[in-house]
Amino acid sequence: MAELLGKDFTPPDIVGKVTGRAKYAEDFRRDGMVFCRLLTSPMPHARVRNVDARAALAMPGVVGILLPEDVPEQEGVANNILTYEPHFVGEPILAIAAVDETTAHNAIAAVRLDIEPLEFCVDPLESLRPGGPNARAGGNALIPQEGLQEVKWTEEDFAAAGEGQLPMGRPGEEWSYGDLDAGFAASTLVLDESFVTASTSHHSMEPRTAMAYWEGGKCYLHASCQSQSNALPGAARLIGIAPEDLVFIAEYCGGGFGSKGGAYPLMAIPAHMSRKVGRPVLMRVSRAEEYVLGSARPGFQGRIRLGFRPDGRIAACDLSIIQENGPNSGFGDLGAAASAVSLVYTPQAMRYRGISVLTNTPPRGAQRGPGQNQIHCAVEPLIDKAARQLGLDPVAIRRINAPTHESLYGGNQSHITSAYLREALEMGAERFGWQERRARSGQRSGSKVRAVGVGQAFHSAGSSGFDGLVRIAPDGKLHIHTGVGNLGTYSYASTSRVAAEVLRYDWANCEIHRGDSSRGLPWNNGQFGSNTSYTMSRTNYAAAMDALQKLKAIAARELGGNANDYDVRDEAVFSRANPSRRLTYAQAARTAIQLGGRYSGMETPQDINPMTRRAVESIAGTGLIGVARDNLPQDGMVPALAAGFIEIELDVETGLYEILDYLGVADCGLVMHPTSLATQVRGGAVMGFGMAAAERHVYDPRWGLPGAVGLHQAKPPSYLDVPSEMDWAAVDQAEPNNPVGVKGIGEPLMGCAAAALLCALSDALGGHYFNRTPIVADMIVNAANGRPQAHRQLQVNTQ
Amino acid sequence: MMKDMMAGFELFQPADVETALELLDRHGAASWRLAGGYDSLDWLKNRSKQTRAVVDLERIAELRGIRESGGGVEIGALTTLTEIETSQLIRERYGLLADAARKVASPQIRNAGSIGGNLCQDTRCWYYRYGVKCYRAGGNTCYAAAPEAMNREHAIFEASRCVAVTPSDCAPAVVALDAEMVVRSRAGERVIRAADFFMPPSIDIRRMTVLEPEELLVAVRLPAAWAGASFYFEKVADRNVWDFPLVNVAAAFRMDGATVADARIVCGAVQCTPRRMAAAERLVVGRPRTEQVAESAGAASAAGAEPLAFNAYKVSLVENLVRRAVRGAQTSEPA
Repeated sequence: MAELLGKDFTPPDIVGKVTGRAKYAEDFRRDGMVFCRLLTSPMPHARVRNVDARAALAMPGVVGILLPEDVPEQEGVANNILTYEPHFVGEPILAIAAVDETTAHNAIAAVRLDIEPLEFCVDPLESLRPGGPNARAGGNALIPQEGLQEVKWTEEDFAAAGEGQLPMGRPGEEWSYGDLDAGFAASTLVLDESFVTASTSHHSMEPRTAMAYWEGGKCYLHASCQSQSNALPGAARLIGIAPEDLVFIAEYCGGGFGSKGGAYPLMAIPAHMSRKVGRPVLMRVSRAEEYVLGSARPGFQGRIRLGFRPDGRIAACDLSIIQENGPNSGFGDLGAAASAVSLVYTPQAMRYRGISVLTNTPPRGAQRGPGQNQIHCAVEPLIDKAARQLGLDPVAIRRINAPTHESLYGGNQSHITSAYLREALEMGAERFGWQERRARSGQRSGSKVRAVGVGQAFHSAGSSGFDGLVRIAPDGKLHIHTGVGNLGTYSYASTSRVAAEVLRYDWANCEIHRGDSSRGLPWNNGQFGSNTSYTMSRTNYAAAMDALQKLKAIAARELGGNANDYDVRDEAVFSRANPSRRLTYAQAARTAIQLGGRYSGMETPQDINPMTRRAVESIAGTGLIGVARDNLPQDGMVPALAAGFIEIELDVETGLYEILDYLGVADCGLVMHPTSLATQVRGGAVMGFGMAAAERHVYDPRWGLPGAVGLHQAKPPSYLDVPSEMDWAAVDQAEPNNPVGVKGIGEPLMGCAAAALLCALSDALGGHYFNRTPIVADMIVNAANGRPQAHRQLQVNTQ
Repeated sequence: MMKDMMAGFELFQPADVETALELLDRHGAASWRLAGGYDSLDWLKNRSKQTRAVVDLERIAELRGIRESGGGVEIGALTTLTEIETSQLIRERYGLLADAARKVASPQIRNAGSIGGNLCQDTRCWYYRYGVKCYRAGGNTCYAAAPEAMNREHAIFEASRCVAVTPSDCAPAVVALDAEMVVRSRAGERVIRAADFFMPPSIDIRRMTVLEPEELLVAVRLPAAWAGASFYFEKVADRNVWDFPLVNVAAAFRMDGATVADARIVCGAVQCTPRRMAAAERLVVGRPRTEQVAESAGAASAAGAEPLAFNAYKVSLVENLVRRAVRGAQTSEPA
């Protein structure tokens, strides 16, 4: 019976956040610190022929300039630190440091650029046309294993698609399983729909910030980052130093949503500038700069053909995706989207073809549910469309196609560890009162109509092979060293409690060490990909089990018998046969120090990461050390699954809607921290509502200029756009590959809410399918009035 | 693009109107009037507009307050939107303006934002705000009117080279209430009807109001004639907080029993100035506010609209909102 897991607690960083004592990267100061600002590209693609910074550098208070030749050139299509050939509006060309930010910016304004505009592109489909523009001189598409290529489809490819449908010429990647033709032949209903899902910005509340200085041969970097240990090697590489020469401090992060999952080039600019000018340097970007430098979710132009049997079972699926990847390496959303379709809808046969096309818009990166959430936004409304035509209930058709534990995943048809989506649908339908609410769907009150929606989403949510590290101090206290990072979800804390649970600690006698690589932090996965709950509970379990074995071994050594004769309770190790024979943890820790060797960290396991070894070395001899690589068995991909249920009232005369009620149901294994899960359900839903029906990602196609570079222009939902109360539930079934039965959940909680809202909007309009995300007020007004939509079919960056 | 870093300027904080007017007169076109700051700081931080002399009106007590005047009500230009939306006097007699003020931005912004600032604010055309050299910024083109431009928020009426729209929620309300704008300079005071206060691009493409650089809007007077009329305000925006209207409507109906004796129906965000829906007004005067009358008023209201590539939906919105205003389904909140 768990004492700590499954129960609420107060994570230790909350007090700092609510009192303002929490220090984010821009809150740090050092003697002599200067500020740096960026000169960014005014053009979507250009070549800088000359920089005249004489006037800028002559200004009083200006201390230095950092040019592209001062920083490591990034290989291939990786994101640049600084460049003379910017590939999007806002890409940094140079930086200037000065005694204050105003002076730095005045200097930036005084730099004269001789800059030549180059060909650019803001629509992937246009780039694929014969003679279409390329985002980069070397090509327009990223092909796996081949890299940057020029790919142009033929006029015949475009003509073959038919009016309004997505063409598909040579794909960049493809896979299939099953007999697709037979599947479609067995289908009585075939939907063939092209769709667009918009790119969306991350809207991180804390714009990218970093402060760096050099001391004692090491670089100290305070950075706004979701992750800790996992981001360190990348940051060191961007700075051009060995990982052991970087002290990486990332205790708090003001939002990242995937965009700060690892090291990013801006992080390195203050470090390079600091090395050049010999003073500490702080750089924070503006809100507008954050919108172009802060990454974005790739948009899709896609087409899906779905074959349904009369009972609603999906017999065949043919999916094509063109991904808008930005100008650089981007992210693999498209393949992840295809794999998600294979799992959530379990088509009996499936083909996927995709291509990642470059545009001169912000560099793309992972955003909460990368690929999965876009594709669920596209597919879920089509599942409803099929349900309407087949006379099935929307929940019923999803149950029919829901995965089981035996379902297979992706093109490789690999195993999964557990799937309780069907149970989530059933639990949610019951709790939400789906049948009663659905019976009300379509009720009119003047111009307002009620509607309901159900949505599903998935993300792989678990990893293995990382290291755990704990220390029992001579005073008996447990120190849990965690290098996962602190995105803001508190999962670093809830997973640390696994170690306390294994060692049967009073939580008040535990301390978490994190946020600063000099504090002895092990090699852990990053805080991204909904993996923390699963991955970190395993590593902390492994480290605690190592400590537990050492406690028992010390007891046997000191008190006689075998280690297996001993158990732990009340922070002491005791003989089961004679509980009065006991050592307190404090006594055991002191003995461990005396014994040395593996007990006190003087010796380390062979299979741990060098970073973990350095961490252990930094605390060796100070207590009983539990350290281990997570070698626990894992058989298959760990799916996080979620279902969302929504009821809305839509005013068809204004295009505005009100969310009357929302329920999110999680398949996250056993619930580890109820309040944190509830927060994830609600926060994910708010983000999902924005993705579905609010957020804007606008580019002027003629000039390549961004039209949504402020929170009021990009329009994430406000507090009055969402219900003040939202319900949540969890299937609460143990994940068998995790020692405490948990798996991640953060990402699909957004996708299921987005999909549910999209389905409800279509439901309100009597089954009008927009095949486009987001659906915003003007589109609803147009649809309700029978007016054609303003955007061209498959046009992107319009809403 | 937004720099988020103000350039230097000289800050003046006069304690009375006379001193403020002297400063505006001295610095002329190089001066900048600062009220609540929510429009000003955007421009100044962006550096796409710069000034040498900021005249901060914050300390001028005589610019604040709501007072009865000549049978109507006079509102100091620096009175906050929160004060207006919560004023018993305004809610009882001119609920239309209280309703409009309540729809502006967010509670936090309304706590600092002033009625004068809301009425005088610059357009939100994203191209113009981005800092491109368009007509309104002194250039020789309109980026938003180009055939492929992203102009979902722009004008469907009265475009004249520039297709930007008025973003104010209070502006249609003061026009519907036939308010008077009290403007002062060192040369004296002039009183301008609200309908004449806003500047169409066909006359001056560089500014949104008739205010000269040396002038100050000191008060808004709401006339007795429209006190206690039947009002309707509605705003359609993408978000319920911190957003500008896609279209809004402010309407005032003076009733004679069940019949409309007089009506003023005004839409915002459809052209550069608040637009009187004259045809709809003519259709309802002398008639009861029936569904049939509402339908015909709505249908007549978008005549002459010339939508751009991305804003034809505004035609439907205007028709729907005018119909709803005449129908009166959503009455202003009771006092």
